[in-house]
Amino acid sequence: MDAAAIHLSRLPGEILAIQLTGKWQLGQKVPSADNVRDELRNRPTVKSIVFNTDALSFWDSSILTFLVEIMKLAVKEGISFEKDGLPSGVQQLIDLATAVPKKEDASKSVVHEPFFSKVGSETIHFINSAGELIAFIGETFVAFGRMINGKARFLTSDLWQLIQETGAQAVPIVSLISFLVGLILAFVGILQLGLFGAQVYVADLVSIAMVRQMGAIMTGIIMAGRTGAAYAAQLGTMQVNEEIDALETLAIPPMEFLVLPRMLALTLMMPFLAVYADLMGILGGALVAGLYNISLTVYLNRVIAALNLYHLFIGLFMSFVFGVLVSLSGCLRGMQCGRSASEVGDAATSAVVTGIVAIIVATAVITIICNILGI
Amino acid sequence: MDKTKAHITISDLTMAYGDFVVMRDLNFTINRSDIFIIMGGSGCGKSTLMRHMVGLKSPAKGKVLYGDVSFWDADPEEKDHLKRRFGILYQSGALWSSMTLEENVALPLSQNTTLSENEIRAQVGLKLSLVGLSGFEGFYPSEISGGMRKRAGLARAMALDPEVLFFDEPSAGLDPLSAKRLDELILQLRDSLGATVVIVTHELASIFAIGSNSVFLDPETRTMLAAGDPNTLLRENHDPRIQTFLRRGETGETQVTDSKADAGHPKPDNFRT
Repeated sequence: MDAAAIHLSRLPGEILAIQLTGKWQLGQKVPSADNVRDELRNRPTVKSIVFNTDALSFWDSSILTFLVEIMKLAVKEGISFEKDGLPSGVQQLIDLATAVPKKEDASKSVVHEPFFSKVGSETIHFINSAGELIAFIGETFVAFGRMINGKARFLTSDLWQLIQETGAQAVPIVSLISFLVGLILAFVGILQLGLFGAQVYVADLVSIAMVRQMGAIMTGIIMAGRTGAAYAAQLGTMQVNEEIDALETLAIPPMEFLVLPRMLALTLMMPFLAVYADLMGILGGALVAGLYNISLTVYLNRVIAALNLYHLFIGLFMSFVFGVLVSLSGCLRGMQCGRSASEVGDAATSAVVTGIVAIIVATAVITIICNILGI
Repeated sequence: MDKTKAHITISDLTMAYGDFVVMRDLNFTINRSDIFIIMGGSGCGKSTLMRHMVGLKSPAKGKVLYGDVSFWDADPEEKDHLKRRFGILYQSGALWSSMTLEENVALPLSQNTTLSENEIRAQVGLKLSLVGLSGFEGFYPSEISGGMRKRAGLARAMALDPEVLFFDEPSAGLDPLSAKRLDELILQLRDSLGATVVIVTHELASIFAIGSNSVFLDPETRTMLAAGDPNTLLRENHDPRIQTFLRRGETGETQVTDSKADAGHPKPDNFRT
């Protein structure tokens, strides 16, 4: 196979003749325009460039990039570029490539933003997004108020569907996670308590931890990853698809039609899931207790003795708050979603992150308040 | 007299995204029963203008008047009242993907009227048959083709017997035959329902075939260059930018007769037979 090559020669009258030979193919080694550049630099008197392609056996885009490079060089140096010797296909493609001049202001320039300006714009962005959040919460309240007045417009069948999706269908994953969390708590506890011979108190540890905190927190985090992300993705896709616009222009407020049933479904289902998670966690603890020769009766008696209604109510209250937070962040990010596929992904990610952060912060706040109140 | 009464008036409208002005100083009138074309090159703000007219985006300045009522100055109740008289076909159909076609067409009726379930079902059947989709009631939007989705979107847009029908790029993504059939459908609906039709498009065939009035938006100057019947614009307006657009880049007096005979620029009479 004959390799691509160029031969430079001088013709009388300060003409540089470039002979292109061989097979010019992308991915193969082809000559670079540097040779020609060097040649021109060494002989600055050249007035025009001509081509000879009699020995050219094959060409594709590789020859074009080479030629366009030379053409730019020629234009810069004020040398005339004679295309006549090139194959007609190449001539046409070169004409096409150079027909529209490069739009200088079209390419996105990367402006280096000074540090303080960056801090400033980030702060403004943060304040704006806080404003959006507050506005969204306000709109949710309005929608909720309209629901209490019986004026809200959503389909009851949608609500039942959502309740099924957020409630019943979440049971398997909630079972697994909370059972294992109860089991882990019991393992850690039983080893430490064993040092004092107080192994039986593992029941107190597991039951109080699960009922008061962990049941609600674990359910919250599961639902943030499961349902919060789903809400954001659903609403985001509807945004991309103009489905939300279609609702709005039919005078059906999306806040009532889409957001309200989603928030209701999750907020109603979270306490149920949390109580279920509590039971599963306690069951996990019972398994470990059994392994360490604590009988089920003893374990359950300790659980009943340790728990009181305060623990249960605090857990339920937390799960209710988490339900509001997770569904709020899911719906907020979904409704804020832009109009491209990647923004749907961002919305789902952001919904999960916002949801989990909100859960942890809310847990801290509620725990501190309970501590101050002494309950 | 009622036929030529102004239905929609755009007065001194400026559209902007933040500080970025899309179009400024728009002034035109859409008469009752017009088929009004919003045209212009890609990215000039045609769809944005439609979003201002249907209540999805508020103007930076100026007014959108329906009869004598200024949409953006109206209170929410009145806005909803106006919105119920719009029917909108979105670019992609924008059918609610979690609902069947029947539920899609039924939702505007069940939410905005007091019709009984049987009456609604009858209406849905009628509207779907008008667009040639009888028998597809139980299908989900993902189960039908793009052209069918558009037609189903049209059935939903017509659900409330609107006074104004908006179309966002109706022929985008349709083959020429389906696009032509959609044009014919639009004409028939206008004639039988007496609705005013507003179409965002850059499809020359449609513009000349069905448009009775139009506005031309120019992205360079960021304002409208002309308004009027597109066929009149083609004959009488000598602005090179409008001529270039309407003649698909072929300018010059010699080509006037050629381009009229060209299949891409059919006379309206050919289409209306």
